Amino acid sequence: LIHFYKREMPFKKFVEIGRVAMLNQGPDAGKIAAIVNVIDQNRVLIDGPTSGVLRQAYPIKQLHLTPLRVKFAFNAKTKVVRKEMESEKVQESWDSSNWAKRMALKSKRDGLNDFDRFKLRKAKSARNKIVAKALNTKKRQLRKAGKI
Amino acid sequence: MGKNKNKGSPRNYTLASGVARFSKSAMFHKKAIYKFMKKKAPAKESKKKAVFVEKKIGGAKNGGTRMVRVKKLANDYPTAVKAAKKPFASCQKSHPAKLRSSITPGVVAIVLAGVHKGKHVIVLKQLQSGLLLITGPMTLNGCPLRRINQRFIIATKTKVDVSSVKVPDTLNDAYFARVKAENVKKDGVFADNKKQKYAPSDERKKDQGEVDKQVMAAISKHPEGALMKKYLASVFRLQKGQYPHNMVF
Repeated sequence: LIHFYKREMPFKKFVEIGRVAMLNQGPDAGKIAAIVNVIDQNRVLIDGPTSGVLRQAYPIKQLHLTPLRVKFAFNAKTKVVRKEMESEKVQESWDSSNWAKRMALKSKRDGLNDFDRFKLRKAKSARNKIVAKALNTKKRQLRKAGKI
Repeated sequence: MGKNKNKGSPRNYTLASGVARFSKSAMFHKKAIYKFMKKKAPAKESKKKAVFVEKKIGGAKNGGTRMVRVKKLANDYPTAVKAAKKPFASCQKSHPAKLRSSITPGVVAIVLAGVHKGKHVIVLKQLQSGLLLITGPMTLNGCPLRRINQRFIIATKTKVDVSSVKVPDTLNDAYFARVKAENVKKDGVFADNKKQKYAPSDERKKDQGEVDKQVMAAISKHPEGALMKKYLASVFRLQKGQYPHNMVF
């Protein structure tokens, strides 16, 4: 099926069978799962065998759709979902995505203790000094040459 | 005796109204306390103390003696009955205050109040009074050997191994206790007691040096010793967007 109108659609990610979504809240927050079936307007059946999410009904509002998509039939068994996700290497492409990396960085930043924050401050300051020095010498050179 | 059908359930229990099912006397019989009661020793006959004593008085034609009370009656009676003072349970003497689990010897702490607020200090030990003994060390941040209540510090997750640091036993609560200025009366008027500026004694300086030497050695042994020294010299500040309830210390 060629959805030619899809090119003009403002939406790019859809709640569809096989769409990989990230769970926003709850004990499985941050993990990815694939949508296996749609229950009603508010809930979907999800399954995330590669990330340890059990097959369950989940509210759509608590899902964050990703650009990843896998192909399997609706209501496919967990075994089938796992096979498809592993062959498409979904977990790896998710983990290497900027989104997942930013999430990991944020959680790392939140877990820093006071000494870590001190070391970070000192490291940032040292780096900024190097950058500023290089920038200013370059500026001075260009100014002398009359270029700025 | 028949099989106990009520095994596991308590003999006495409170009813919904809040009252116990069985009274004290009922429980006395149920538990057969009379079997475990010690025989009361017969009351010793107490010596009868004289209330009045005959005393001789001088003067003429007055009978020569008077009956005087051995114990005089009280001259004044309070208008209000004083509430009975509870026996002072000297809990402090039996054990010092319970410390937060995050506070252990060698932990780096942030001082929250007092002259040294914001400074990172090292907790050495807990004294008998329950207060913590801390030191800057002095050369790093100017905080001396000092007592502080655990309520006025935040313990961080950073620790220094101070097991090799031997704090002299002379450093106890009496050592740190504040010396009260004497109110000397001069010519009937209280002397002009200007607040004496605190000057550390030679003993304090000596102890400070000794303890700090050991603590600095312990810090140097830490894998991040050089940075740790800079950290202890630094002051804690909250930046914009930093909220203590969201931070890990």
